[in-house]
Amino acid sequence: MTVAIRVIPCLDVDAGRVVKGVNFEDLRDAGDPVELAHRYDRAGADELTFLDVTASSSNRDTTFDVVAQTAEEVFIPLTVGGGVRQISDVDRLLRFGADKASINTAAVARPQVIDEITSHFGSQVLVLSLDARRTHDASTPSGYEVTTHGGRKGTGIDAVAWAREAADRGVGEILLNSIDADGTKQGFDLAMIRAVRAAVKVPLIASGGAGEPAHFPPAVEAGADAVLAASVFHFGPVNAIAEVKKAIRDAGFPVR
Amino acid sequence: MSAPKVTVLDYGSGNIRSAVRALEHVGADVTLSAAPEDVLNADGLLVPGVGAFAAVMQGLKDVDGLRMIGRRVAGGRSVLGICVGLQVLFEEGVEHGVRTEGMGEWPGRVERLKADVVPHMGWNTVQAPQESTLFEGIRDERFYFVHSYGVQDWNFDVTQPAMRPPIVTWSTHGGPFIAAVENGPLTATQFHPEKSGDAGAQLLRNWINGLR
Repeated sequence: MTVAIRVIPCLDVDAGRVVKGVNFEDLRDAGDPVELAHRYDRAGADELTFLDVTASSSNRDTTFDVVAQTAEEVFIPLTVGGGVRQISDVDRLLRFGADKASINTAAVARPQVIDEITSHFGSQVLVLSLDARRTHDASTPSGYEVTTHGGRKGTGIDAVAWAREAADRGVGEILLNSIDADGTKQGFDLAMIRAVRAAVKVPLIASGGAGEPAHFPPAVEAGADAVLAASVFHFGPVNAIAEVKKAIRDAGFPVR
Repeated sequence: MSAPKVTVLDYGSGNIRSAVRALEHVGADVTLSAAPEDVLNADGLLVPGVGAFAAVMQGLKDVDGLRMIGRRVAGGRSVLGICVGLQVLFEEGVEHGVRTEGMGEWPGRVERLKADVVPHMGWNTVQAPQESTLFEGIRDERFYFVHSYGVQDWNFDVTQPAMRPPIVTWSTHGGPFIAAVENGPLTATQFHPEKSGDAGAQLLRNWINGLR
């Protein structure tokens, strides 16, 4: 009896559509988010993550509608990220049917917001979304740097130190996304997963780089409690979730 | 037969919309309310619970929830507690060194889980005893958990020979902890049936089927 490795399709939502790009650029249409959410739920997804990749507030309202419509019929956990800055943003997401909120840029700008949100709603509600890239800069001793704004801005902050601080401040889990691997379909950044795993005790979701089912078990071996991907589910075979779960099960890890 | 009436206790705890939707999905006539007439007269009362033990206890007190739950149980009317809604039914909770008195329906203390990775987040299996009706047809399924605290000891003394001991279902994360209790009108789960897909829907259906 152990908790199952979670397989999480990620839906990047822009103006009411699911999009997916390479290294956060060249966005490509992948379909209707509510329809996709249904399909992934039926296919055995353990959880769903919506990332609002738009900046405009009118498009943000569209994403709230998507979440609300999904929550009406899909009874698995929903995480929503993008534009979460303060307690009231989390409150609004929960009211629209989200179970968890993910935070990135706003937490880097003002780490205290983690304490504020988690002391109000509990740790389980907040996911730290950590977009990290490799560096060769002495200021980031782990070799990984935190980026913001969808990977476009470097911060000079050490990614592993930041993961530890966020966990200490109370985030319930960490979504670790490799900016270098994102969209490349060459596999997860395993060294990065190991480095963060060694630093924190909260659940770790690995993201970035998955191109085929065989890429997933190594991420779990490296210490991920959950795996998240987009393209491999949006553009891959119809039974991609089942194939990914089979690969993880065959490697000796429990899945649902 | 009309749909069973279920009230979801509205006391400002987390995402209660999903509990309402999941109950509607399995055929209940659902009201979200803390008004005494809704809470006391419903066929079933669902007590959600998200966040800290102390905050949930305070929220329940603020809507006179403790007394209303007590009255329902005394009258043999069904109550289902979920997540922290299970935890507050025990004697006490200890979070961050702060000790908070619970409702004391069952003996035991809610304490931090002793596992390598906490919170315990995700789909886990349970060990439901044969006599459980809550888990009928879904004994081998996984349910969605998200919590850092749990009840890890069970010392319920049955002093009356005529009394039926509660049915306790266990799960494991680091060590064993209580995943569900069925005790006459009082039922509780540590996991979230409203977020546990088809298995969770069946559990809610099993609970609703026992309401009348």
